[in-house]
Amino acid sequence: MVETTNNPLPEIALDAVTKRFRKGAVAVQNISLTVDRGEFVTFLGPSGCGKSTLLKLVSGLSPVSEGAVHVNGMTPQNARGMVSFIFQDATLLPWRTVEQNVGLGMELEHAVRQARKERVAKMLDLVSLSHVAKSYPRELSGGMKMRASIARALVSRPRILLMDEPFAALDEMTRDRLNEELLRLYAEQKWTVLFVTHSVAEAVFLSTRVVILAAHPGRVAHEIRIDLPWPRTEETRESKAFEEQVTQASRLLRGVYQP
Amino acid sequence: MKKRWLVLNSIGLFACLVGVWASVLAFAHIPAYILPGPIAVAVALHERFPSLVNSLWITTCEAAGGLMASIVFGVAIAMLFAQWRGLRQLVFPYTVLLQTVPIVAIAPLIINWISAGTFAVTVITFIICLAPVIANTTQGLISVDQNQVDLFLMYKATPAQVLFSLRLPNALPSLFTGIRISAGISVIGSLTGELFASSTRVGEGGLGYAIIYANNQMETAYLFALVLAATALGFSFFFIVMFLEWLALHNWHESTRPQAAD
Repeated sequence: MVETTNNPLPEIALDAVTKRFRKGAVAVQNISLTVDRGEFVTFLGPSGCGKSTLLKLVSGLSPVSEGAVHVNGMTPQNARGMVSFIFQDATLLPWRTVEQNVGLGMELEHAVRQARKERVAKMLDLVSLSHVAKSYPRELSGGMKMRASIARALVSRPRILLMDEPFAALDEMTRDRLNEELLRLYAEQKWTVLFVTHSVAEAVFLSTRVVILAAHPGRVAHEIRIDLPWPRTEETRESKAFEEQVTQASRLLRGVYQP
Repeated sequence: MKKRWLVLNSIGLFACLVGVWASVLAFAHIPAYILPGPIAVAVALHERFPSLVNSLWITTCEAAGGLMASIVFGVAIAMLFAQWRGLRQLVFPYTVLLQTVPIVAIAPLIINWISAGTFAVTVITFIICLAPVIANTTQGLISVDQNQVDLFLMYKATPAQVLFSLRLPNALPSLFTGIRISAGISVIGSLTGELFASSTRVGEGGLGYAIIYANNQMETAYLFALVLAATALGFSFFFIVMFLEWLALHNWHESTRPQAAD
């Protein structure tokens, strides 16, 4: 179990955040939310409810229209050094080998070659990809590409992980296995995670808290605290408690889909 | 095995065409000054070989010089277009003019400005080759996945790092498409340039000039040999570019090697 600390400063704080696009469409409206260190918060909701937009706002890739976002008390731009973003597709650069992809961030920071090599090797080992270090992305399966993407995100020793439907394109078995691997790393590294998914079961399995968003405009509809025991394994998925929490989340989610 | 059969078939087809060519001449009694036979062409090739090689070398230098200059300037201009959207929107439409202006119309102007000779022909070739390189490279540089750009922004990458570590490698396949098009037209451009702007001094004319000379002298067999040499030159350029493209992309780009994943 990953424990949250009693740090008075929340790791991530959204204060009455509204995001309006140039043509006037409102992606999210008046969202206030705090995430403590070590929490694993998943956003669930219909398409267009602003799940991915929220991650972009927290990362500073997109500016807020109204309100404020703070990451460990700083602006998202100033906090970028402690945040890693994992996208829906692996976004590996096809002309670079796996190890070159994983070491991209350190290379852009002009890190010392030897230190980079050692760190990359360690991260590849962590995600069990050492045997394909010299391969190009097109030689990897979908699951391996996503593991490489996770290794790349971990190289910079982030405190916060933003994950935008990272396993959406994978088959169910691969997704389940990667979910378990992710939780193993989460327990070791003690990150704070914001995760986006369309899968209720995935959200319940991974999270300490699930935030259900309603669409048009995007806003927080419900929050569910997930009280499943840690560590979470294959047995967790078969437990009655898991089934109950999935049923509860599904029911609330169905509510926001109705007009 | 399949490749060897393909090569053998190609050689066989060529031999058949030469055979048909010789047979038609034998039966139709066409005079040699209108259509020389393959043997006459081979004899002309043998007798005028040093002169032909000299012309071929001059055209090769002009075509390669124009092509390489178009790659250097084309990529530099495309990089400016990729970095400054306003500049691209303002200037890019004018690059289309490079393709639409008939080279025969501006060749006299170029001769006026820099006088006839190898350099003038190189400049004409450069003008012809420039537009495909600019258009294709610009397209490749700006067609980058937004998530990849975001990834670089998360790493606080500088604009130069985004350009050289992301946009430029991403544009390589498009750049090679542009170079392939330009390589094909560089030889045509040089030959056309030589028709108007080549040096008339002995041994400085290139294939285009030699073709006009052979035509005026009714040396049709040598004219055929020159046309064959020009075709071989165009073919060589194309294959050199294809090889370089394979070298640059074969490890990672889908166009060069089918690869199953999963």
